[in-house]
Amino acid sequence: MLLAKIKEALNSLYEDIQEVPEAPAAAEAEVAAAETASETETAPAPEAQAEEGEPAAGEGEAETEEAEEPAAPPGLKETDYKAKGYHLDVDLPPEKVVAAAEILNRENFFIEAITGVDWIDDQQLEVVYDFNHFDELCRVVIRSRLDRSNPEIPTISHIYQGANWHERETHDFFGITFTGHPNLEPLLLPEDADFHPLLKDFKA
Amino acid sequence: MNGLFQQDVNQETFILNLGPQHPATHGVLRVKLEMDGEYIVDAEPVLGYIHRMHEKMGENRTWAQFLPNCGRMDYLSALSYNHGYVAAVERAAGIEVPERAEYLRVITVELNRISSHLLWFGAFVLDLGGFTPLLYAFDDREQILDLLESVTGSRLTYCYFRFGGVYNDIDDSFITGTREFIKRLRKRMPMYDALVTKNIILIKRLKDIGPISKDMARRYGATGPVARGSGIDFDVRKHEPYSVYSEFDFDIPVYEEGDSMARYMVRMDEIEQSMRIIEQALDKLPEGEIQPKKAVKLVKPEKGDYYHAVEAARGSFGVRIVSDGTNSAYRLKLRSPTYSNLSLFGEASRGMLLPDALALMGSLDLVIPEIDR
Repeated sequence: MLLAKIKEALNSLYEDIQEVPEAPAAAEAEVAAAETASETETAPAPEAQAEEGEPAAGEGEAETEEAEEPAAPPGLKETDYKAKGYHLDVDLPPEKVVAAAEILNRENFFIEAITGVDWIDDQQLEVVYDFNHFDELCRVVIRSRLDRSNPEIPTISHIYQGANWHERETHDFFGITFTGHPNLEPLLLPEDADFHPLLKDFKA
Repeated sequence: MNGLFQQDVNQETFILNLGPQHPATHGVLRVKLEMDGEYIVDAEPVLGYIHRMHEKMGENRTWAQFLPNCGRMDYLSALSYNHGYVAAVERAAGIEVPERAEYLRVITVELNRISSHLLWFGAFVLDLGGFTPLLYAFDDREQILDLLESVTGSRLTYCYFRFGGVYNDIDDSFITGTREFIKRLRKRMPMYDALVTKNIILIKRLKDIGPISKDMARRYGATGPVARGSGIDFDVRKHEPYSVYSEFDFDIPVYEEGDSMARYMVRMDEIEQSMRIIEQALDKLPEGEIQPKKAVKLVKPEKGDYYHAVEAARGSFGVRIVSDGTNSAYRLKLRSPTYSNLSLFGEASRGMLLPDALALMGSLDLVIPEIDR
């Protein structure tokens, strides 16, 4: 129940992306271009497709990405819970993360953690948000890839106050800037720390 | 009250440093308090005094080499951390665990949970000024440490679980010892109840002190007894049954009040529930192997990311693994419960008297090495 509901709500974020191809940041520009290209080919309204069933839209996206771009592009997938440990895997461009957090907040999800992953081979940093629900088992993972040379993503600490510390920690470890964060000072590292130990090119 | 008067009062705030070396913080936690007389205007915990970067260690050693680290985060419920980590790796690498091993895991984890709650109980009442209960609680806890030492080989920083099972089987003396201990603790609980829980001084110190609303707990991601004391019926063991927890009959204590007393009551009730689980597990304990027939030698999870959460003594402990298919983790994220539980302290303590805020802090059951990791 909850899973289907939240899936539909989050899926609406993608319709928006498809309508406004300018929206994705520079890093996603190529992917966006590829998407718009495929859209114009398969002209019959992508919205109608999305309404019919999300899997269809998801698959379509996945195909085009795999062919053109090795890095994972935006996509919403239902995952095998037994194998993965979460139900919904949502890949979003950074500017959509706040909207996603608002949707999850409205459905009374709570935040488990925020963390990063350094994909140094792709020159990208990934921010991963884990959400869970108190009443019904439904784990949602929101992820977003950032340009490694200038990793910036808007904060969600005004929606989930618990995100405040998680974002500070992620800034400590990866140097990711959460724009709009009230206090992005080192939390676990010393107050004068100018290094980010979880970056793969960090040398002690 | 006119604005002028308020302004004057506000000008008199001062900064008070609590910790990092302070007995009430149970470790090296520092809290920067902005005080207006005896009242807290703002509180900001300062972390990281014993930060050791366990997550980086996870990246530069093999999966199995990280096992001892698990016992060194939450040193009071180390076995839950063992469990969270091995379960995550087992999920990622598709390792099957024999049933007997799962039972042994549950029995030892629940014993560890009781010992953790007993220590919290003693230390918490000590924070509030009552010294005696600590000695009684340590007396009981000592029995558990002896039992766990006989099977795991250590008293505190356990490293008992292996991928696919546990490292040592239990014997008859452990089983009889555990049954005797449960009998003993059942007799002691009414004493704790009469000596501490019904004590008017304790009630006055805890009732209606440090309320945490349901919504606050959710916004900060509080779990464990902190969430259950705020009326949230959430326990990973029931909500997302892992291991063999679905086979046991036990209740999740939930209190609606959200004050420090509610959190106290949740933990005291949980001791009884853990005893129930242990008894059932001992009754049903199946025969068989404690590790897979084909020993797990080389662990190489497939590429991808995996998540597994367990209910530790302080809340939901989650492990996120990102594997690149090699024999060590590409990224290992450890989601510790008290990190989130403490993050609400600033908001929850606003406007409180300092001694009440210390009662609130004690009721959060902080373990600093787990927060700092």
